[in-house]
This record gives sequence, C-alpha cells and structure tokens, in this order.
Amino acid sequence: MTDAGLTALKNSPLVVPATDADMDLPVLTTRVEWLVQWARRSAVWPVTFGLACCAIEMMAMSCSRYDISRFGAEVFRGSPRQADLMIVAGRLSRKMAPALRRIYDQMPEPKWVISMGACASVGGVFDNYAIVQGVDQVVPVDVYVPGCPPRPESLIYGIVQLQEKIARSRM
Amino acid sequence: MAEMRTETMTINMGPQHPSTHGVLRLVLTLDGEIVKKSEVTVGYLHTGIEKTAEQKKWQQVIPLVERMDYLGAQSNSLAYALSVEKLLGMEIPERVQDIRVLIAELQRLMSHLVWLGTHAMEIGAVSMMLYCFREREQLLNINELTAGFRLFPSYIRVGGLREDIPRGYHEAVNAFLDMFPSKLDEYEDMLTKNHIYRLRTEGVGFIPLETALQWSLPGPIARAAGSTYDVRKAFPYLSYANYDFEVPSFPEGDVYARYRLRLREMRESVKIAKQAIARITPTGAWASSDTRVVPPPKDKVYTEMEALIQHFLIYSQGFTVPAGEAYVPVEGARGEHGVYIVSDGTNRPWRVKMRAPSFYACQALPTVIQDGMIADVVAVIGSSDVVMGDVDR
Amino acid sequence: MDAAALIERIALHVPGVALEAAPSTDMPTIYVPAGQLVPVCAALRDHAGFSLLIDITAVDYLPREPRYEVVYHLCAPDARLRARLKVKLAAGTTLPTAQSVWPAAGWPEREVWDLFGLVFDGHGDLRRILTPDDWEGHPLRKDYPVQVRKVAQTYEPLEVTEQEFRANIARDRVTRDPEAKA
Repeated sequence: MTDAGLTALKNSPLVVPATDADMDLPVLTTRVEWLVQWARRSAVWPVTFGLACCAIEMMAMSCSRYDISRFGAEVFRGSPRQADLMIVAGRLSRKMAPALRRIYDQMPEPKWVISMGACASVGGVFDNYAIVQGVDQVVPVDVYVPGCPPRPESLIYGIVQLQEKIARSRM
Repeated sequence: MAEMRTETMTINMGPQHPSTHGVLRLVLTLDGEIVKKSEVTVGYLHTGIEKTAEQKKWQQVIPLVERMDYLGAQSNSLAYALSVEKLLGMEIPERVQDIRVLIAELQRLMSHLVWLGTHAMEIGAVSMMLYCFREREQLLNINELTAGFRLFPSYIRVGGLREDIPRGYHEAVNAFLDMFPSKLDEYEDMLTKNHIYRLRTEGVGFIPLETALQWSLPGPIARAAGSTYDVRKAFPYLSYANYDFEVPSFPEGDVYARYRLRLREMRESVKIAKQAIARITPTGAWASSDTRVVPPPKDKVYTEMEALIQHFLIYSQGFTVPAGEAYVPVEGARGEHGVYIVSDGTNRPWRVKMRAPSFYACQALPTVIQDGMIADVVAVIGSSDVVMGDVDR
Repeated sequence: MDAAALIERIALHVPGVALEAAPSTDMPTIYVPAGQLVPVCAALRDHAGFSLLIDITAVDYLPREPRYEVVYHLCAPDARLRARLKVKLAAGTTLPTAQSVWPAAGWPEREVWDLFGLVFDGHGDLRRILTPDDWEGHPLRKDYPVQVRKVAQTYEPLEVTEQEFRANIARDRVTRDPEAKA
C-alpha cells in the first residue's frame, strides 16, 4: 500500500487507533458498531407492502430509470421474515390495519419502517371513516416521505435518509 | 393397494402477497395443488371515496376520483367530467375532445404497460417489468409536461382541461408514438412464442362469453372470449366516432388470448393517438367557453369586472349543477367504467358512484379458478387486470 | 327505444306491473315497484336483450320519503341500448335479489347492504364486503358522519381454524326471517 493510501486509511472512520503505538503495527482496528451499521444500511431489503398508488411509484423506483438497486435495496422480499425494511406504500384502511401489524411483527430485528406518501403518513386526501390517519398509529415509523404519490427520487431520498439514520444510531 | 387417505388443506393467500396485485385475500381449499373451493375477500383498500366526494365541490372531486383506479387515472376523471358535463348540458369544443381522446389512449397504454410488466413478472418473466416501465417513464414524462405531475395530473376538469397544452407537447408525443410500435414488437418477441409462457397461459383460466356476460365483465375479458362490445364503438363518447380504429377480439377466452388482446389494443391505441395528435393544433381552445364553470383567463380577470366576479364565484363556492342524475360510461383499460352522479342542484354532489370493472372481475374469480392449480390462480388474477383501488374505492 | 317503449315491452311479459317513466338526460329511466323487480328484470333480459348488468347502487335521499332508491343500470350490448331501473324503498323495507337474473348482482347487493343497510331477500350471502366485518353502522347513509374517531384495531385472533372461519362468515350473513312481520 502506498504512503498516501495508508494515510488515507488511517484517517478514515474505519480505523480507530487505541493508542499511537498501534499505528505502527500491521493491524487494522475499527469499531464494531460502525462496521455493523455500515453493513446494515448498505443492503436494506424491503418487504413488498404496496397498498395503492404509491406502490406503482415504488415499482417505478425499483425499475431501470431510478434503480434503487444502486442503494442496495433492490431485492423486494416476498416474506417479511427475510426483510429489514417495510415501505408502507399507500392508504391504510381500517380493515387492513391488523394485517399491517402482523407483517411488522413477523419481521425480525433490526427493522425499519418508511411511511411513503401522504396517506400513509397522515391519511392524505382521505379524511374519513375508512382510512387510518397515519400508519404511525399502528407501527413505529422511521422516515416519512410526503407526496401523493412521492416521486421515485423522493422515495430514494427517503431511503438514503434512513441509511444515514442507521449510520447514526446505536447498534 | 389400500386406498390412500387424502384430505384438503385450506390456506390463506393475501392480503399481503407479491402476486395478488394489491390487497386481495383468497382463502383457497386445496386438494394437493388443485383449487377445490375459494373465497375472495376484498375491502382491504376501502377508502370511502364516495363519502368524501359528497363533502367536496364538483371540481374538487376530480383528484379523489383519479385515485380510485390508480393505473388508469385520467380515464376516471374523464368519466366523471363527462357525467357532470352531461348534467350541465355543456358543449365541449372539438379540439378539447381530441386532446381528451389522446389522453385517454395514452392512459390506456400506461395501464396496459403496468399490466404486462406485472403479469409477466408473476408468471416468471421478471425482466418484462423493466422493459415495460422503461416505456412507461416516457409516458409519465408527457404527463409531467402537461401538468407537472406524473401519476395524477388532474388535467381533465369539468368543462374541458386545466389549461392549454404546453410547448413541446407535439414533439414529445410524436417521438413516443414513433418509437413505441417497435417496443411492442420487442415485447411480442419475448413472450408470444415463448414456450414456457405459452405453457403457463394457454388453456388456463377459461372465461367463455356466456360467463363473461353473466358475471358482467365487458371489456378486455369479454373481448378475449369473442365479444366485440367496446364502449367507444357502441356508445361513442368524445369524438371517437370520427376516428378510424378496430376493436380486436379473440375467441379462445384463456389467459393467452387476453394477453394477445391487450397487445393488439395497445397497437390500436397508438393508431388512435397518432390520428388525434395530427388533429390537435398547438394552441387553441382548452375548455368550454361557459364561464359559470370554466374560470375566465387571467388577463380578463385582472381587467374586467364580470370576469373577476365569475372567477371569485367559481373558486369560492364552485358552480352548481342542475338536479338530476347521469351516467356516461367510458372504455377504460379494464373494461367499461363510469361514474353515476346524482345532483340535488347545489354546488356539492349528492351521490358519486363509480362502476368498477375490477369489482366484477374479483366476483367472478372463484368461478374461474375452480379446479385449476395454484400457479394458475396467479396467472388468472394477473390476466383479469384487477386493481384493488378500483374494487374497494 | 325510450322509456315508454320499454315499459310497453315489459308490460307484454309482466302483466299488471305498475311502471312509471322518470325524467332523465341520458338513458330511459323507469321506476319499478320492489315486489315486481325480478320479473321485470327477467323480461328485460330475455325479451329486450339486456344481458349485461352494469351496476347496482343506492342513493339516500334523507329528508324525503321514501328514503332510499336502489338504482340498476343495464346494457344491451347487441342492440346498443342502455336502461336504468329505480326502486323506491322506505327505510326498513326489503327488496328481492336480482341474482337469479344476473349472477353478477351478488356483490353489488352486498355492497348496498354494507354501505346503506338495505336487505335483499333471498341473497344467500349478505354480509359486509368493503368495511371491516365487525363495523357498526352503514357509512354512506346521510346521517353517518364522514369521520369517526376510532383507534385503529390492530390485533385479530391469532389463528382461526377453518371451521371458525366459515362459522364467522355464516354469523355475519343477514337474512330476513320470513316469519317476521315486515
């Protein structure tokens, strides 16, 4: 490794020296937490939970123009037991709320929830008897993405925000 | 050998399932892989659009109605606008009708592209989704050009359109229409003679014409069973009577026939769209001149008193519609749909009811999937093109 | 064919029925008494070509008596005709199901029961379809509020056996007791 490369490596967050003496040993130390959170946020796999119109924009996001695969989230798992992220895309009706809670409970830790769209965040245009006014009444939400439906770029921004949130959080 | 004891198994499919096109729940009683009995439960996306629409003014219902069948959004608002204009007795200029025809056909293309992508993906041809959404992005660009919004432009309003078509519209639409038929050839190359696709879809999910009529499935499902009924030809609305197009029809009635029918419909839509864009002038009337309903142009509002008053009345209390009822159906991507409106003479609708073609398709599902295999259930649901927003409203 | 011609055609096959043409802007509209609904529908299907049931819905005209109107939209695809049948109903009365004429009538009638509370005699599977199974009230009535402040219900019984599932369905079905007074 060149001198410049070694210096860059020493200055990166990956390397946390315990003492100055360690810097001369051919050993790389890092914080486990940083590494684990990096691994977690780089491959957040969503479970398919498209409810309504926002699901179409979510599908567009996973297709070739907006390509969520660049951010690690390309594999939409069919089963919640194999997923880390639930993107609640669409309006949540009262009949569907128990099913949403069941799917959330079936996801293993660590898990995150993105509430996509106005209907999932606050009930959207539908302020009536049939729609739950915000999925945070049912599941804890990490990122809210507004829009009706949000552009795929907005949703990608939301996922990137989630990734930064994971980076900041404790293991 | 002694008789082997078998028993049936009841499993639940949905409401969260990758292949049920939204939140549809099926409880299937299976003998091995064969479906012996099934119950369909819908209502997991019930949004109360009809109740909310009674609280809004007539023009404010347009965004609500668009979100019902979210794949064919502008055909919903077209159906609603046509019904209200029928009650109002309004004359819509020819140019506006041609633009609406163009929008309706482009919307049909958008809906069929999503249908093709998701249906093929569920059958197993996963890459079709990427191809179809690539073309759909171009159509969404056209939507964004007109109204700034991809999925629900709210561009079709009661009285005409929101505003005139923008600069660059003709170029964008023509570029798309020139490019698209070769893409359709690409899709046909991939699927129509594909051995695996044909094995999965030929002979599966028969809906004969008698069943289609009894269970009220006019539209692509009936046309793939031999019917030639198309609302655009039978009860022409807008200016469809002036357009030259055919209504394709196939006799077989299985999933494969529905696939081929929708591809042919896409080609016919391109034909209609080409005729429409040739007739639309770059500038001109974009709405009826009835200023009770259509806001007057802004330069008049700033200078003339009557225009100011009309603008104020329209935007504060909305226009009133004479008492009565109307139902004007349109040919949507899923079949015949329309909006039945009842007015009591005020500025709010009394009742807005949308006739949802997917509702009837879901009702007919148990009949169609009887004695088929589970894999066929997925193919049938995909080919009936059900959209749960349409079913549950 | 306008409303008067349709009424004549129906009267040939259903003698003594009291039909009344209603004013309309788009298609012939006929008021049908509730008791004669099924023969009229059968006559239209068999003798006037109305093989396609387009929609069944209801409208609540609250201050007016009778309060409800059930509206049937029909279509004759070969003859290119449309028709609308309307049945006036007072609250608490019932009307027969049209399933024997068009099987497609099953779910729209369930929807009318769900949203308006109107019972269809002889339906066989009259339970809620759009709102949750244990919902109280009929939302599209005019005296039902647009928004109800209710906590979202998130837990159902963890597991139901098949017998319980079917028993629940049977429990939710509504049938009018034929012995009871109207």
